[in-house]
Amino acid sequence: MRRLRIFLWVLVGVTALAFGLFAYQLRQPKDEFVASAMVGKPIPPFDLRPAVEGQPGLSSADLADGKPRLVNIFASWCLPCRAEAPQLEALREQGAEIVGIAIRDRPEDVAAFLAVYGNPFTRIGADDISEVQLSLGSSGVPETFVVDGKGVIVYQHIGDIRAEHVPNILAKLREAGA
Amino acid sequence: MMAELGLAALWLAAALAGLQLLAGFLALRPGHEAVGVLARPAALVQALLCGLSFLVLLYLFAVTDLSVKLVATNSHSDKPMIFKLSGAFGNHEGSMLLWVTVMALAGGLIAAVEKRLPERTMLATLGAQAFVALGFYAFLLLSSNPFERLSPAPAQGSGLNPLLQDIGLAFHPPTLYFGYVGLSVAFSFVVGALLTRQVTPEFARVMRPWILGAWVLLTIGITAGSYWAYYELGWGGWWFWDPVENAALMPWLAATALLHSASVLAARDALRAWTVLLGVVAFSMSMVGTFLVRSGILTSVHAFAVDPERGTFILALLAIYIGGALVLFALRAGTVAEGERFALLSREGALVVNNVALSAILGIVLLGTLYPLLTEAFDVRVSVGPPYFNPVSAIFFLPMLLVLAVGPLLNWRRDSFARIRLPVLILSGIGAGVLVGVWLATDIGILPLLGLSLAAVVAVASVLPLKGRKLARVPLAMWGMVMAHLGVAVALFGMAADTAFQQERLVAANVGDVIEVGPWTARLESVLPVSGPNWQAIEASLTVRQGQGRVTMTHPQARVFWSPPTETSEVALVTRWNGQLYAALGNQAEDGRWQVRLWWKPFVTWIWYGGLLIALGGALALLGRLWVDIRRRVAMRKIAARRADQVERGTTA
Repeated sequence: MRRLRIFLWVLVGVTALAFGLFAYQLRQPKDEFVASAMVGKPIPPFDLRPAVEGQPGLSSADLADGKPRLVNIFASWCLPCRAEAPQLEALREQGAEIVGIAIRDRPEDVAAFLAVYGNPFTRIGADDISEVQLSLGSSGVPETFVVDGKGVIVYQHIGDIRAEHVPNILAKLREAGA
Repeated sequence: MMAELGLAALWLAAALAGLQLLAGFLALRPGHEAVGVLARPAALVQALLCGLSFLVLLYLFAVTDLSVKLVATNSHSDKPMIFKLSGAFGNHEGSMLLWVTVMALAGGLIAAVEKRLPERTMLATLGAQAFVALGFYAFLLLSSNPFERLSPAPAQGSGLNPLLQDIGLAFHPPTLYFGYVGLSVAFSFVVGALLTRQVTPEFARVMRPWILGAWVLLTIGITAGSYWAYYELGWGGWWFWDPVENAALMPWLAATALLHSASVLAARDALRAWTVLLGVVAFSMSMVGTFLVRSGILTSVHAFAVDPERGTFILALLAIYIGGALVLFALRAGTVAEGERFALLSREGALVVNNVALSAILGIVLLGTLYPLLTEAFDVRVSVGPPYFNPVSAIFFLPMLLVLAVGPLLNWRRDSFARIRLPVLILSGIGAGVLVGVWLATDIGILPLLGLSLAAVVAVASVLPLKGRKLARVPLAMWGMVMAHLGVAVALFGMAADTAFQQERLVAANVGDVIEVGPWTARLESVLPVSGPNWQAIEASLTVRQGQGRVTMTHPQARVFWSPPTETSEVALVTRWNGQLYAALGNQAEDGRWQVRLWWKPFVTWIWYGGLLIALGGALALLGRLWVDIRRRVAMRKIAARRADQVERGTTA
């Protein structure tokens, strides 16, 4: 009986803590976008295998060779990624080098996606368990990061890139030294 | 006028709940027993008033009274009648009114028919029920008034969303709500029994039909919800460990444990503390689930209207009921005597093991669901998904299935291994045979492999309790158990087979191309535009055929609704006894080819057949219990009449 009573009081305490947490979280403003805590920090080391045949994969070393780049997080199964494809193409035409990270995808699906929506990427790494995506502080697809030549993340764009976002992203890339 | 009538009835019902609360609890004090007579009539009239209020709401939706805000925002005069009516409870306010109404009807039913418990316990139960109901009345009347007027009334309603005109969607939430309410009744019985220190087998017997009913409805609700997500969301999956799904799963897990624990208490007067605790936990989980879903505190793929004020209100109710019940239990822990003892190797022992496993899974799901909330408080964002839930819950789920297979073969109180050696050996043989056979023949993951093997074991084991019995004399409740356990095996087989053997093809196809997936061949015959009453679509026609079987024509669509403009993928399903072909039509590529996605999902339908079997088993057990109860009542009445007769004859003689 004693043990039951102790257990129950512990349960009461844990429940009270949980309710405290609920109450606290209810008062917190819900931000729609989760900004990455990694902006301003160097990219954590990673090495991803190629996501499609005939195009190289992506590693953190590729992003620290002196040239600033856009890192686009995408997936063949992601609808907004299709919508942003023309904007990526426009960015590429205006001189941006874009590398891709394909999230939880398969080579044939990525290939089919690129065949339909165009391939603006110079390298594409396959991130099968969202490991690199999470380490960059990205919470969804699509997202685009501006990384300077030393491999430091300088800007994060959350969601699909619309036409009106293109100049801003180009400006950020130029600030990074392109 | 009508809306005011509904609102007045609701306020009156709330007042009666207040009366029921006072009468029920005051009568527990010495010297005040007389006020107890008010409790039952108050519950009955409250049920009538609530029913009236809900009928008024249905009427307002039926005639599309646009001067009522709820009707104006959720209905439209052009809707078909069935969706007008279901629209009455397809929104927050209406569904809360339905909740309160069902709760009041349940209270009225208990007040009218339940006479087995000691009167004091009954009064305490009715008081507790009124206490819970009052919280929901307050929520409804103060922050979610369904009868609020809108002035000036708009010319037309704004609720013609075609996506919500789905008969399954109309009845899915109420099914779950009814289940939650059933658990609230069990909760009231627990509080009543704690207050009067009467945690007895009789209490478990009285509570059991309510748990069974709630459990059956929750099972149906979860099964139907899983199928809905499968065909409507178009991702081909059947469980996503989404917070909203977990919100329905957690009360189900607790109710499953409670059901078994109440059975032990009813039959053997053991597990008293467990039953009380699970009774509190089961209803708590329904409330926590409702809170998580309605408050918007967690982000989920199921978008619900988010309202922090309502969230705060539900949280306050949660704290009062759950906290209050737990504190009461802790204070009364000393008075819940330990109950009968039993050996580990006994029916009770097996049920305890299963209850612990179910509780552990419940804890795992709860932790996984709340963990992002916890880390967020420390500014760390995480998302918890299948890589956590699947293996971690399997650690407890798989051993639990082993015990489920053997438990029903054991005797109550004490058993010897020698007695069940033969069936255990047979079951182990079957399990090992399937395990090795499948392992040699295929190359599948460890979890589906164990799943297939255990499904075979549980399937055979589930019918073993019938061995040596005259089938015609087997009680309904036992048929229920057999069927529910068989359902577990069937569902598990479906899950394992689909996970292990599903095949997927995504191709860009021209008309006339042949696509192969698994044993199926599909030919893209045509892609043509079609139009419906409020949508247009591109429709593919596929002729599909499994092996050399019959040829079936199927039509996946990419559909666009006009108002509001919405794109949906209408998948086409071709069902055979051994699984489903799942076809979805994607976009057209620039070279004119069409994206066609085909899944072959072997035995996937068995998941839902299994779910329905489980629910059917629960329903049979419920019928069996009610039937026995009615027969007992009739017999008691006859005995009483005969006795009265004898006494009368004795006095006249």
